[in-house]
Amino acid sequence: MSQLKKPISKDDHLQGGDVDAKLILVEYGDYQCPFCGRAYPQVKEAQDELGTDLCFVFRNFPLSTLHPDAENAAEAAEIAGAFGKFWEMHDMLFENQQALDTNSLVQYALALGLDTEKFAEELSRQAKYERVHQDFMSGMTSGVNGTPTFFINGKRYDGEWEHGALLRALRSMLE
Amino acid sequence: MSSSNVLQPGQLAPDFTLHSTADQNLSLSELKGNPVILAFYPADWSPVCGDQMALYNECLSEFHHYGATLVGISVDGVWCHTAFSHDRSLRFPLLADFEPKGAVARKYGVYREGDGVTERALFVIDAEGVIRYSYVSPIGINPGADGIIEALEQIKKEPSEHVTA
Repeated sequence: MSQLKKPISKDDHLQGGDVDAKLILVEYGDYQCPFCGRAYPQVKEAQDELGTDLCFVFRNFPLSTLHPDAENAAEAAEIAGAFGKFWEMHDMLFENQQALDTNSLVQYALALGLDTEKFAEELSRQAKYERVHQDFMSGMTSGVNGTPTFFINGKRYDGEWEHGALLRALRSMLE
Repeated sequence: MSSSNVLQPGQLAPDFTLHSTADQNLSLSELKGNPVILAFYPADWSPVCGDQMALYNECLSEFHHYGATLVGISVDGVWCHTAFSHDRSLRFPLLADFEPKGAVARKYGVYREGDGVTERALFVIDAEGVIRYSYVSPIGINPGADGIIEALEQIKKEPSEHVTA
């Protein structure tokens, strides 16, 4: 069974509970992947139901050959993160998966009240390339086998996640 | 039906020659001198985002970092492989274990009698042609690349191993 090789750290983006939460859900995802788009509301549902019992961590795993805008979108979220708006951009991207070209990304930055000039400049010089690459590498060595790949409390979760299955799987681990 | 007699670490990897395209062949022996990753998989055209070959395509630069060559092997014919490879923009060869069907998979102990396809199996072979890692995944589960990377790391530390059989 594949295990998460890179522990959660302060460099990660955490939502909900903290690192001591009963459940830690790590998603390796790709903003342009339709399956990740379908997983997005499933994660939200689990977060709504489980509150601070669940710590959710998102790491980047852009499949660039299949999804040409995925890398740029991942870097955009990380740049927004440096402005303190990671999750706002993360949600924006999944809610607008059909438009992830550079112009659209700058529009989303504007909508989130970011300094668009700085945002666009960092995007064009790939300021967060290394950060995204590190996520990808940690995913690869942890046995990420497609997108999305979930790890629950450090173990790769190969089960169903649609139609509330993710929430049920998480709940069963609380008992 | 699952196969037994899967070749194990320490055994010499049997040589083979298969079509990589309609008019080109590839032999395992041609790749000697560097690590080789053999990824047997049941069939072309499995769903896109969970696809093992698409994943390995993204991991290719890391495999190359270890000097390793990756080849995919299934019982699909060359034209099927060509179309699949083109569709997914794969940058590594897919070999056709097509005639006699599954002959190479049988040599490695990863042919599924009855199903007529190969197991989802990984072999990492060192520069001397010795198997250093072998893994058969449940057929529906993409094994990912973690086992491959660990094996390549191990080969980097200990380039050769005593042959057991």
